[in-house]
Amino acid sequence: MTYFFQFLFIALLASMSYLIAMRFKGIIATIRLSQPIQLSDQPAERWKRVFLLAFGQKKMFQKPFVGLMHFLIYIGFVLINAEILEIILDGILGTHRLFAPFLGSLYPLLLNFFELLAGGVFIACLVFFARRGIFKVQRLQPEKHSELKGFPIQDAYTILIIECVLMAALWTMNAADAILQSRAVEHYYEVGSFIVSRNLIPFLNAYSTETLYVMERVAWWFHIAGILGFALYVTYSKHLHIFFAFPAAYYSSLKSSAYIPSLSTVTHEVKLMLGQSVSGEAAPTSLRFGAKDVMDLNWKNLLDAYSCTECGRCTDQCPANQTGKLLSPRKIMMDTRDRLEEVGVILSKNKGEFVDDGQSLLDKISGEELRACTTCQACVEACPMELSPLNIILELRRYQIMEMSDAPAAWNSMFSNIETNQAPWKFNPSDRMNWTKS
Amino acid sequence: MVLNIRTMADYLAKGQMPEYLFWVGCAGSFDDRQKKVTRAFCEILQKAEISYAILGTEESCTGDPARRTGNEFLFQMQAMTNIEVLNMYQVKKIVTACPHCFNTLKNEYPSLGGTYDVIHHTELLAQLLKEGKIEIEEEREEIAFHDSCYLGRGNGIYEAPREIISELQKDLKELKSCRTKGLCCGAGGAQVFKEPEPGAMDVQVKRTEEIIESGVKKVAIACPFCMVMIQDGLNKTGHDKDIQVVDLAELVQKAMK
Repeated sequence: MTYFFQFLFIALLASMSYLIAMRFKGIIATIRLSQPIQLSDQPAERWKRVFLLAFGQKKMFQKPFVGLMHFLIYIGFVLINAEILEIILDGILGTHRLFAPFLGSLYPLLLNFFELLAGGVFIACLVFFARRGIFKVQRLQPEKHSELKGFPIQDAYTILIIECVLMAALWTMNAADAILQSRAVEHYYEVGSFIVSRNLIPFLNAYSTETLYVMERVAWWFHIAGILGFALYVTYSKHLHIFFAFPAAYYSSLKSSAYIPSLSTVTHEVKLMLGQSVSGEAAPTSLRFGAKDVMDLNWKNLLDAYSCTECGRCTDQCPANQTGKLLSPRKIMMDTRDRLEEVGVILSKNKGEFVDDGQSLLDKISGEELRACTTCQACVEACPMELSPLNIILELRRYQIMEMSDAPAAWNSMFSNIETNQAPWKFNPSDRMNWTKS
Repeated sequence: MVLNIRTMADYLAKGQMPEYLFWVGCAGSFDDRQKKVTRAFCEILQKAEISYAILGTEESCTGDPARRTGNEFLFQMQAMTNIEVLNMYQVKKIVTACPHCFNTLKNEYPSLGGTYDVIHHTELLAQLLKEGKIEIEEEREEIAFHDSCYLGRGNGIYEAPREIISELQKDLKELKSCRTKGLCCGAGGAQVFKEPEPGAMDVQVKRTEEIIESGVKKVAIACPFCMVMIQDGLNKTGHDKDIQVVDLAELVQKAMK
């Protein structure tokens, strides 16, 4: 019988690992379609960012209470998962609490600590539930922000529920285990009861040893299968930030948020027009100016889209959104991710080749949204991970203006004024010094 | 004060080199309200005996509004033409009263071959005040400061404008959204050159409401476009008579002995 469960466990572990690996492979394949950008300079500064923004969650603590709640879930997630190593080894070897004899008195200490962390996760999830559902924090409401309607809001609640259920499974497992130990059931190594789960013992004590055994085993399987299932679910979810926050922080822009990089294809053409030397420079290979679809964006833009956890701090701070305009920086990130998921499906159906489906990112994002941006960088500043919706907006604007010639008449006049009068208004350039006279 | 304004060409003709190039910018050159700021800043430079020159008719739009709309061609045409002029005069230090020109010259020209030491006029003014190069007469009053996106978030300049206000012995009233959370005036991203997109209200009106709420009679700005937008917001909310918008250069010039 034990061999059967060991076999079942290895099969579960292997198949879930395979599915998760395939998902990551698919995600990376879509990111690989993107345009290059150099973001490997100043490694020391970048590691500092990883420690401050990702590990230290510096920007999350700008809202201290929410920051603390988020930190509880994060620290619980990281540390409780250390226990997974034992669970996996137990599952493969058919053992029970493999580490207990080796760790001695440290073992119950660690488990007490994990149970408390699980309590922190549980409480923080309830708080987040309340913030969404009871206190109705504006930026999290689908009624206020239509981009959250449907899957995104379901996703948000699903994550909170799964996390609570997983923690409950952990406690149930430990409580049943403690009773089985006290009844000296074979395999149940004497490690004692633990700080949170011992409160469940009175409720479970009435059950027979057989029932408790089944309960402990079911909770154990539920816990590990839940974690593996959750890890797979996360790759489809906004919760993917638990993995991608780290590379996103490492590769975040070290330049001013107001800096827009030059489009090298344009530089080449402008130099030719101005009669400047282009010798030694390769003629541009890309024929598209700006971005129409995700593969026209750079890989950091795409990594950003996968890293976004839809918290809406960007949209909350966006002056266009605050004044009722169509633009929502969060929606820009979500649309980019949605398009990436579509592209991922195309890739997997066509042996890794992208086949034009007649769709693009610009089918999801309208000109009106793009034109509403004041480039004030409040979205970038607000993002706890320094993701940049602004970068994506500006690349789409480039396509909109240069490839589609889709500009309001007032902008076209401004362009021609700059060209002919050297100022955005229709003044005579020879009057530029008139202010010195009066 | 009689202004003695010379161009880079004037300096070159005498074989001299000024310390600063003052990049006036289009708004500073042509907008009637902003022209007063430009003159105020020149008065301060003259009083503090800073050697500076302007490009005069050789100056041209930096290309910033074009770049922000997405018109990279026009931006780079402007940038490269300007860089040719700046490099011809061997310009080293540039000061400008416009955060948009400032950002473009400082952050975006280097990759196209134009590398200069660029400072914003609030940085120079704060430095001159701290060094005692400008003597002032105190006049206590409460004043709010509106952070410009391209100065604050874009370039991390939050202190210089506040130092000017405290050096002038005035009482700074912080607005509800300030510093990193400073609310945009609504002009950036070339918004000022077109009608706003459909929405519930104008950004400048929302920003102005915070200024009205703060109860100040005067709000200082450090950007020609914030000047236009905040004034428009005050006009639209009917507070143009009781709240005054001034550039920090005007504030310094007025306090100057």
